[in-house]
Amino acid sequence: MTAVLQTATALQPVAGYRLSLRRFARNRLAVAGLVVVVLFLLFCFAGPLIHPTDQTHTDLNQVNLAPSGAHLLGTDAVGHDEFGRLMFGGKVSLLVGLAAGLLATVIGALWGAVAGYTGGWVDALMMRIVDAGIAIPALFILLVVSAITTPDTLGLILILGLVSWLVPSRLVRAETLTLKSRDYVLTLRAIGGTHGRAIGRHILPNSVSTIVVAATFQVADAILLVAYVSYLGLGVQPPATDWGGMLSSGLTAAYSGRWWLIVPPGLAIILVVCAFNAIGDGLRDAFDVRGRG
Amino acid sequence: METALYLTRRLLQALAVILIVTVVVFCLLHALPGGPARGILGPQATAQQIAAFNHEQGLDRPLPVQYLYYLHTLVQGDLGTSYTLNEAVSRLIEQRLPKTLVLTVLSALLGLLLAIPLGMWQGVRRNKPVDYAVTTLSFVAYSTPVYFLGLLLILVFTQVLRWFPSQAPQGDTLAQVFADPLALVLPVVTGAASMIAVFSRYMRAATLENLAEDYVRTARAGGSRPGAILWRHVFRNSLTPVIAMLGYYVPVLFGGALVVEQLFNYPGMGLLFWSAAQSSDYPVLLGCVLVISVATVIGTLLADIVQRIVDPRVKTERI
Repeated sequence: MTAVLQTATALQPVAGYRLSLRRFARNRLAVAGLVVVVLFLLFCFAGPLIHPTDQTHTDLNQVNLAPSGAHLLGTDAVGHDEFGRLMFGGKVSLLVGLAAGLLATVIGALWGAVAGYTGGWVDALMMRIVDAGIAIPALFILLVVSAITTPDTLGLILILGLVSWLVPSRLVRAETLTLKSRDYVLTLRAIGGTHGRAIGRHILPNSVSTIVVAATFQVADAILLVAYVSYLGLGVQPPATDWGGMLSSGLTAAYSGRWWLIVPPGLAIILVVCAFNAIGDGLRDAFDVRGRG
Repeated sequence: METALYLTRRLLQALAVILIVTVVVFCLLHALPGGPARGILGPQATAQQIAAFNHEQGLDRPLPVQYLYYLHTLVQGDLGTSYTLNEAVSRLIEQRLPKTLVLTVLSALLGLLLAIPLGMWQGVRRNKPVDYAVTTLSFVAYSTPVYFLGLLLILVFTQVLRWFPSQAPQGDTLAQVFADPLALVLPVVTGAASMIAVFSRYMRAATLENLAEDYVRTARAGGSRPGAILWRHVFRNSLTPVIAMLGYYVPVLFGGALVVEQLFNYPGMGLLFWSAAQSSDYPVLLGCVLVISVATVIGTLLADIVQRIVDPRVKTERI
């Protein structure tokens, strides 16, 4: 009897997720987004195996070439093949964006869960800190940071994560407020379970659909933010680059008519960010949770 | 009574947020290595020169003392003096802020004027080709870095078509800014693009919500024409909450202005901030961030209050 009950309760969420996945699969825009993301991951990480290019050494005999059979998207001012550079820079954009977006979600989820679960003046103070963070636009903070230091890739991920965890913290707090009065949390507290256990074993796992949806939007925003970072002077240092760095360094070239240096990285950013947003929309509708409009 | 209580609570919250902003900004700018002395005196400065500068500027006192002193001068409307421009920060912001406001208000107006009819159209033609097309376009507009869009517009409209100048109006006064309306077109359009994307989504959602309301069904049953229902009921009831969302959108507008002003060389507060960041001009950075944050807090406060007045059923739980 107990065993039957256990399987029944264990199966229920799985069936729920299967239903959500089926709903997700019916959303054509979301599936298209997923396909675009997979294609870009293949392009950036497997692409260099099929189309190897030298992205570390300059080749001054091959600078500023227009697109041709040998160089599909031409070459830049120091002779890098632009098509290969799109893969090379994409790796950084995607990795930094994914890492920063996930970091922001983790910080935000923990912050929101602790605030909502604790309640009282701690909650009030923690959420006013979130309000204050939202009141200072991220671009302004990033520009101040760029005046002070030039971070390495890991530092960049940390900075981006630290300026963008605010929205997930609000979403997870709202979720926590409804979860913390549920019977299983109250029971755990009554039999002497710790607060950490209540948050770690019950509140966060039960907010997982909210967190997954928030994470998808966070990654979309982070990839967009990474594109701004080079423009603000915080980007990864040469010879490394990312799509935003390719845009920034192609600015002058674009003014003299070599548009092929900026349009491909720009389109890549737009496509990938759109794709993640479409996936987020699809997941939000499939899981039927609140998220941004 | 309940409303008065709510207003008091929200006002106190807003004050707390502003106080936290001052602490955050103060800590951020003072906990950093190098410090302003190095930035002003240059890499050749001796340790004595740096110590003298720090003493003169009060930068050698304990941080909490510096913070309290900062707060004290702030209350008197004194934002300090720029390290590089040798002028009061409040005066600099006073000169530059109106120009930024012109840019953001024009962008917001253009954004709303396009987004509201688009969103309504989408709501009425839900899941029809028009809806999908506009949705796709707003995804694209939302996902485009502002500087990339601005650059494309510059390339197409100043290099290829030669319709507009690539530089924003340069005059010191607002009259000079408005004297050159053609030069304002590209900066305003660049600033409006993401607004159109976001607000058409809001308007679409509001339209759908209102179309499903009982009073619309009643009006339909009573024989009102669909057009009349749409404008007399749906439009009116959707408009205020959607416009109120502008309050939450203030930081995005300023962020956009930062990029647009740099790209089009428009001498507003964004460009002031940009050059202050290049020269580690801390008082200017502090002052700008503070002004923008206060504007954001006020915007959020107004939006919350308007939403509560428009629809008292909603316990404002914003995201």
